[in-house]
Amino acid sequence: MFLKVKKKELIETSVKTSLGAFSLFVGLIFPVVTLCVLVFEALPALEKFGILKFLTGKTWDPVAEVFSALPAITGTLLITFIASIIALPVSVGIAVFISELSPRALKPVFTTAVELLGAIPSIIYGMWGLFVIAPLMAEYVEPFLQETFNSVPVIGKLFEGVPTGVDALTSSFVLSIMIIPFMSAIVKDSFEMTPTLLKEACYGLGATKWEVVKDVIIPYSLPGILGGTVLSVGRALGETMAVAFLTGNVHQIPTSLLEPLTTITVAIANEFTEADSDLYLSSLYYLALILFVLSFGLLMIARFLILERLGKKWKTNI
Amino acid sequence: MEDKHLERIIYIRKIKSVLFLGIATLTALYGIVWLAWILLDVIINGIKFLNLTLFLEDPTPPGIEGGGLKHAFIGHFIITGIATLIGIPVGIGAGVFFAEYGRHSVFVKALRSITDVIVSFPSIVIGTLVYALLVKPVGHFMGISGSVALALLMIPVVAITTDEILKLVPNSLREAGFALGAYRWQVIKDISLTAAKRGILTGIILGIARISGETAPLLFTAFNNSFTTTNPLQPMASLTVTIFQYAMGPYEEWHSQAWAASLVLTFGALLFFILAKTLIHSRTRYG
Repeated sequence: MFLKVKKKELIETSVKTSLGAFSLFVGLIFPVVTLCVLVFEALPALEKFGILKFLTGKTWDPVAEVFSALPAITGTLLITFIASIIALPVSVGIAVFISELSPRALKPVFTTAVELLGAIPSIIYGMWGLFVIAPLMAEYVEPFLQETFNSVPVIGKLFEGVPTGVDALTSSFVLSIMIIPFMSAIVKDSFEMTPTLLKEACYGLGATKWEVVKDVIIPYSLPGILGGTVLSVGRALGETMAVAFLTGNVHQIPTSLLEPLTTITVAIANEFTEADSDLYLSSLYYLALILFVLSFGLLMIARFLILERLGKKWKTNI
Repeated sequence: MEDKHLERIIYIRKIKSVLFLGIATLTALYGIVWLAWILLDVIINGIKFLNLTLFLEDPTPPGIEGGGLKHAFIGHFIITGIATLIGIPVGIGAGVFFAEYGRHSVFVKALRSITDVIVSFPSIVIGTLVYALLVKPVGHFMGISGSVALALLMIPVVAITTDEILKLVPNSLREAGFALGAYRWQVIKDISLTAAKRGILTGIILGIARISGETAPLLFTAFNNSFTTTNPLQPMASLTVTIFQYAMGPYEEWHSQAWAASLVLTFGALLFFILAKTLIHSRTRYG
């Protein structure tokens, strides 16, 4: 009897320790090791170029072994920014439609359709973008934009250049389609958190459906919309394959939307196996480190500042 | 006069409502249009080249007719399989710890939050990490290092879903177990996990769906191989990396084979996703 209890206690301790070790691995060791490895591998480049010089320099010359990150960082931020600008209103629209407008029977259909869009592997987006969207952009959309905005002073500048389809505009467009499912899912969830009571009160005052959406639902779920946006931006920053085909991987700061560019992820994906010197590889690790810090920071902000507070707000208000 | 004025205001408000809600409907259609467009393109371009040789033959040198992608299918299966074998136990274990042992500990809650963040982590960074840890010391690319990279992607997904599902199991069930004198591991094994097994299975399938379409972490871990190999210590081809290489390549045949491979990959991923969804929706109780 005593032995049996002893054995069970032993199992208890070992189960607890091993499961604890697993969770410690996922939640602490894994990210810390990632950070350490990235810093360690980036050391040669870190020593050679320093922080400020690497972040602000514009040259990326593997032959002369001079590397700096500004073009890749600008490219990443630019594409993510434009993609989010396109995706945000669409996602809010989709969320309004699914949560307020669609007939009850069709709700799961639309929800699933949007979710499926998010389940398509990103390389499929990239390939489809290269073979289908890029030619369309080069042939029709970009010349049209050029003609339309040619004489407009500032906007016209954005569309200067030869329309090739492999450029900032196409990349951000395909990326925007990729992040819509993710963004709209979060926005929809926070819309559905709006208490029915508030909505009914507004209807009771004689408001139209749009007024309820505009004056009750959207203000109420603003933190959720914000959190969803930041989370999606965090994801879009690290997206590789959807844009790998479409940026052209040219290390330059684009002056127009029709110029090829590169992002951190695309530079790593294309050049990592070709990096023939230690400094080259180390510089790519440096880029990976910057991406790690950027996206980890952004996702943490989304998680702790916005979603956490949001969770508390929901709990106290309902 | 007054009445007319009021009527006009109401009229304008109604028009406004219809207009903006119409725009919302259009955005929903916008989403559906892209879904349909991508799927149709993949089907139309892929189905032409979908035949048995694609699955049964190794690739021929570019320029020579025929050949298939047997090496990529086998490689993809092996890499994903090993990744799943590593990822499931660690992921479920961590999830169980979050939900069962760490409920009231601030430290464990912080671990869980970080795990939640890691779910959206840039997958290419994990590729570079595994390259530094497993490929560089060994000196050559290996299928197994690709599996490790994918497993690292899968673990947080499985851990978070397991945790979420276990939180749905009512505490009274656990307390009943404790009242009978059961140890914590017995309660976990016989009550929590039994009640939540369907939900955990969903998490596993979602995890597989997530990693089966990943390319970036494989680029410099498993790399690529033009021949069929079943040895995970060799460089190994995968569907996704092959699609990347073939789509970037200059040959027309490569492009068609890339489309056919995309068709298989897309529908594989969507199938897993739908399977997971059906499992959630047909759940009896706690998922």
